[in-house]
Amino acid sequence: MDWYIFVYPVILLAIVLVFVMYAIYFERKVIGWIQLRKGPTETGPKGLFQSAADVFKLLIKEDIIPSKADRPLFKLAPILAYVPAFSVLAVIPFTDAPYLKFSNVAVGLMYYLALSSITVMGVLLGGWASNNKYSLLGGMRAGAQMISYEIPLVLSVVGVVMSAGSLNLTEIVETQIAGAWNVFPQFLGFVVFIIAAIAELNRTPFDLPEAESELVAGYHTEYTGFRFAFFMLAEYTYVFAMASLITILFFGGWDAPFGLTFIPPLVWFILKFCCFVFLLFWLRATFPRLRGDQLMEFAWKGLLPLAIINIFVSALLKEVPFLSQYF
Amino acid sequence: MLRTEEMVLNLGPQHPSMHGVLRLVVKIDGEIIREIEPVVGYLHRGTEKLAEDLNYTQIIPYTDRLDYLSSMTNNYVVCHATETLMGLEIPEKAEYLRVIVMEMNRVASHLLWLGTFLLDVGALTPFLYCFRDREQILSMFNELCGARLTYNYMRVGGVKWDAPAGWLDKVKNFADYMINEIQNYHELISGNEIFLQRTKGIGVITKEMALSYSLSGANIRCTGIDWDLRKKQPYSVYDRFDFKVPLGKTGDLLDKYHCRMDEMVEAMKIVKQAVEGFPEGGATMGKVPRVLRVPEGEVYVGVESPRGELGCHIVSKGKDKPWRIKFRRPSFYNLQVAKELLVGQNIANLVAILGSIDIVLGEVDG
Repeated sequence: MDWYIFVYPVILLAIVLVFVMYAIYFERKVIGWIQLRKGPTETGPKGLFQSAADVFKLLIKEDIIPSKADRPLFKLAPILAYVPAFSVLAVIPFTDAPYLKFSNVAVGLMYYLALSSITVMGVLLGGWASNNKYSLLGGMRAGAQMISYEIPLVLSVVGVVMSAGSLNLTEIVETQIAGAWNVFPQFLGFVVFIIAAIAELNRTPFDLPEAESELVAGYHTEYTGFRFAFFMLAEYTYVFAMASLITILFFGGWDAPFGLTFIPPLVWFILKFCCFVFLLFWLRATFPRLRGDQLMEFAWKGLLPLAIINIFVSALLKEVPFLSQYF
Repeated sequence: MLRTEEMVLNLGPQHPSMHGVLRLVVKIDGEIIREIEPVVGYLHRGTEKLAEDLNYTQIIPYTDRLDYLSSMTNNYVVCHATETLMGLEIPEKAEYLRVIVMEMNRVASHLLWLGTFLLDVGALTPFLYCFRDREQILSMFNELCGARLTYNYMRVGGVKWDAPAGWLDKVKNFADYMINEIQNYHELISGNEIFLQRTKGIGVITKEMALSYSLSGANIRCTGIDWDLRKKQPYSVYDRFDFKVPLGKTGDLLDKYHCRMDEMVEAMKIVKQAVEGFPEGGATMGKVPRVLRVPEGEVYVGVESPRGELGCHIVSKGKDKPWRIKFRRPSFYNLQVAKELLVGQNIANLVAILGSIDIVLGEVDG
């Protein structure tokens, strides 16, 4: 057993924490730019330390637990929400270099999807244990939403898995390097996946669980200080993870397009990844919110049939002589 | 079958989308509203009672605080009622200034409505665009009367200040800019699929409902009933301007949205016409006695405020103070329809419908 398997997770955690801080900064800047504002400018040069200051503030705040809350569950919920969010990063291959692959699991994709659905438990528990009606409503919405969208999410990647013949994320990328990026042959799957992914992330236009204008703050209404920070951290870690997963599944991971191989693979990965993160922030600034019943209808009547059609078409095209190399 | 229970949820008086201090006690089954009980009065200041101890000029700043988003129309209604009772002649210049500021105030008020309504539906960005444009109106008002929200601009017999040099040109430029800008809003918002899904066929007000609840403003016009006091009971110099009254067909949220958007365009057209026909010379105040002793009698006048029919009923006993004054506050009347509209809807629709009624709690509570 090598020593680095203990060191790398710590490094990864540090990277994720820095990412979260600067993702929030980036989000505020992007949304500020769209909304004719400047975003943070005061703390540090160009407001670069704003997120650090915010996190620091959250950490030194008093930790309030409502007296009528279910204490053990109330404390457990943020941990239950965050731990899977971080654990899923273990299987993400950021480049082809062996030192940036934390674990090369044969069923990497399965591991990701299975673990990420534990988070909903944390959210649901948080909403329940707070003993607050808004939290409860938010938690219930989150539960319903995340479970409904899990299904099209899983089904939409079946096409990708079929083309690679593997659930290993590294192999999925290698198949794409040999063939074509999955976004082209699997376009329908990609569309379903990206919509379901946004819903999984609870972001606009699917941000019902924390709909401010309706539920105050949804499931984390009663959370303060570092427990609240954990929920936020989970949310942004998922942004990190989901952006990575989309890059890997549909955009060829670290593959350099147009033969631009002089740019290192890791940089390519980060570039593609950032495009998706930007897309998320862009949507947040430009879309209204769906209503709960419309959301459910969309998942079951819209996305689910499309995902199934995608599986069928992919399977069919796999047998067509010329096209089969792409599927 | 699982046993389910109804839950009582207390929305407000502090809640992000209650537009002030309205409190709603709702009984929900899951997210479906079964019963609803609005509780008002958290912002009651007793304006009508206070006014009995004030002389007519002193009442005007109190009306600023009723519907604090359109203080100009509030100023106007109390001045107009007093003038009608006294039979005063108002100089033409003052009438034109009044129309310009009232219509600009209508646009400012509708812009705020647009921003907050979309915030209720979950879109963050339009709010800031609306505030950018509203800001221009407020700074023009600031230039005119030194205040951004509580103007205290009108007086019995005219207006307090004449337009500063170059102000009218600014207004005209703004009107052109705004008509164009509303087109941009339409491009950004009106076609959005999610927005349409959230508004089409939601919160439908029927003609019968509108009449029986005595609704006014966009809330009645969205049903297709042509009721605009500027046309039906012309006051001030409105009969000189050419403008349309936008009407809806179905009475849902989308119709209300389009009514208000078109009203903004029409208001800007009135402003443009008023600036073009603005009288050069003349005073801004008519011949008014130093102490306003209003002859004995009663008067009711209604004007079209951004929210609907704003009325003022004055009973005078011949003193310098009113014996009784009563405001017909449109938000209060419009809010009453909420109870019928909201039962059977879910929480997300509640917020949208309540936002669409466009209430100002300062006016509801009086």
